[in-house]
Amino acid sequence: MNNDDILIVNNLKKYYPVSKISFGKNKSYVKAVDDVSFTIKRGTTMGLVGESGCGKTTVGRTILRLHEVTDGQVIFDGKDLSEIPSRELRKMRPQIQMIFQDPYSSLSPRLPVGEIIGEAVKEHKIVPKEQYRSYILKVMRDCGLQPQYYYRYPHEFSGGQRQRISIARAVALNPKFIICDEPLSALDVSIQAQIINLMKDLQEQYGYTYLFISHDLSVVEYISDTIGVMYLGSMMEMGDKKRIFANPMHPYTKALLSAVPISNPDVKMNRIILKGDIPSPINPPSGCKFRTRCPHAMPICAEKKPVLKEYEEGHKVACHLYSQE
Amino acid sequence: MGLLDKLKRGKIEGVDNTTYLTLKDERRISKENNKIIKKYEKENNRKNVSEEEYLTQMMDPANVVEFDNLHTYFFTDVGTVKSVNGVSFDIPQGQIVGVVGESGCGKSVTSLSLMRLVQAPTGQIVSGSIRYQDKDGKCYDITKMPKDRMLKIRGKDIAMIFQEPMTSLNPVFKIGYQMDEVVLLHTEGATPESAKARSIEMLNLVGIAAVEKVYNSYPHELSGGMRQRVMIAMALSCNPRLIIADEPTTALDVTIQAQILELLRDIKEKINGSIMLITHDLGVIAEMVDTVVVMYAGRIIEKGTVREIFHNPKHPYTIGLMKSKPGSHNTKGDRLYSIKGQVPNPINMPNHCYFYNRCDKAMGICSQEYPGMIQFSPTHFAACHLYNEDGSDKSEEEKERR
Repeated sequence: MNNDDILIVNNLKKYYPVSKISFGKNKSYVKAVDDVSFTIKRGTTMGLVGESGCGKTTVGRTILRLHEVTDGQVIFDGKDLSEIPSRELRKMRPQIQMIFQDPYSSLSPRLPVGEIIGEAVKEHKIVPKEQYRSYILKVMRDCGLQPQYYYRYPHEFSGGQRQRISIARAVALNPKFIICDEPLSALDVSIQAQIINLMKDLQEQYGYTYLFISHDLSVVEYISDTIGVMYLGSMMEMGDKKRIFANPMHPYTKALLSAVPISNPDVKMNRIILKGDIPSPINPPSGCKFRTRCPHAMPICAEKKPVLKEYEEGHKVACHLYSQE
Repeated sequence: MGLLDKLKRGKIEGVDNTTYLTLKDERRISKENNKIIKKYEKENNRKNVSEEEYLTQMMDPANVVEFDNLHTYFFTDVGTVKSVNGVSFDIPQGQIVGVVGESGCGKSVTSLSLMRLVQAPTGQIVSGSIRYQDKDGKCYDITKMPKDRMLKIRGKDIAMIFQEPMTSLNPVFKIGYQMDEVVLLHTEGATPESAKARSIEMLNLVGIAAVEKVYNSYPHELSGGMRQRVMIAMALSCNPRLIIADEPTTALDVTIQAQILELLRDIKEKINGSIMLITHDLGVIAEMVDTVVVMYAGRIIEKGTVREIFHNPKHPYTIGLMKSKPGSHNTKGDRLYSIKGQVPNPINMPNHCYFYNRCDKAMGICSQEYPGMIQFSPTHFAACHLYNEDGSDKSEEEKERR
């Protein structure tokens, strides 16, 4: 494997059984993540976009093994996370951290900020005991939290400050890789910019790799190097950010990009409006999953599932509109 | 706060700028509040109020609603929150007015004041007026209207679409029942059959394909976009003159958001009504509205037509808001502009400009008094000390002097 790649995900699958009254036969599954593969290079940011229910959060959680993998490989720094025993996984934990969407529910209301950030530091013995206090204060300073917040409780903070605490908690463990699951969606616009800047500063300073999960395309465009577009558990298009935004190939990506409102009253977008909603992931459409909403659907789309194929350097698309040979 | 906490806090660093209330203070405040609330509630609960008391005149007959120096306060146990603190703007007939601002800036409370749905008894409209003109050209002051009279306007002439369609539909009744209820309540001589016909007509209007099926289903059986369509259909069913859309697309995906916005625009044409669109998304504003009202900490800091606000923003907050949105104007590499700090504590607001602590261009006078509204064009206003009375830039003048 290439040493540049920090994370390689191969044919990742995550199925959730749906308990329906059946006599042990024909159990149906929600295919939350269905055969997804991608790699992330060290020190870069990959953005994962898609509508709600497309499985982007599940990808993040399965990489961390917060959910067990149904099938496939997650290779982090040369080790297959999906197979190693839990004792060893525990040792790996500090290297992969997660920032959650809702800063109101992801912080314990009963612990002061210093404890929240330091709990895992103690547990994993990141620093010697004597340096513990000064280390936590340094992390807090890095994340723009004042030292007097050390003994305050989460409820005393606003959403933006809380998200800083969550980031500090992740960063304190000296991770290599951070999964950010919609870290901005609960925040106001003016605060979002602060948090984006903070995340970028930390990346420059410590060389973190991010997997940035979001539904906000303008944020993803700003922060990512590569982008993956998911729909109903499958990767539809993947590649370099510039190529995707300059030349979106998949009809879904095109629709997604055109749906973003532009803050200029004089620009009128040629909007592609998709009809209907995302189909149920329990019983997804045959062939290409997007065909029910696709404006370019052809007969072959219902028969064969398109394969993710590289059409230009670093730009992969899964669509029958382009030759699959 | 216990003694131990105090010691701990002191150990880390001497400064602690948070003020904590003692129990005694809290009791005193709550006692005072009770007195005030009682006074307002008595006023609100009067019966048999003659119509003359709340009849007024519109400033401009082309408007549907005029907010005039509206003050809505919340009397909480930790102090008075001035959620809406002197807001004045107009909603003209047949136009879309957008209200933007961060959470807690009072945009929702403004709309709730218009519906008279502010959470009582703590929340009260303290002063100011909201003038509303009905179909026959009669003009009422909504703030003085008795509760029973308001029932006839709310939901009929002024309808509201809420942010979260799941929580605003009743989960235990079918969609059809909930829609019919609105029609039966507000239409004279409506029968169950005519109500059903009306509901189905409305569901058709909002572009729902399987109308009968939706009519007979429960809210949880529908997707988010579908539910929002039902909410819009429900709001439309009594031919409202004004629809208040409070963050109608925030809970939805971009592709569904595009559908709903398209629908709202269509609907406005069809019913020839007005829309008050509340959102924090500047993109949605740019695309949808005719005039924009920018709110910050309970006050309007800038208002104007959509082109004036987007091409020529005046207030530093509006400028910052535009710059801090990632998009085509800034690419990876250059840092995103961010407004430092956060919205001030809504209790004990300062008497100077509320944006002073976060403003890049703050001057001496900004910490002394709250700026008045300055007019730049017949439609464009901003409240900022940066500009002279006639709308010219003060800083440029200073440069020249040097």
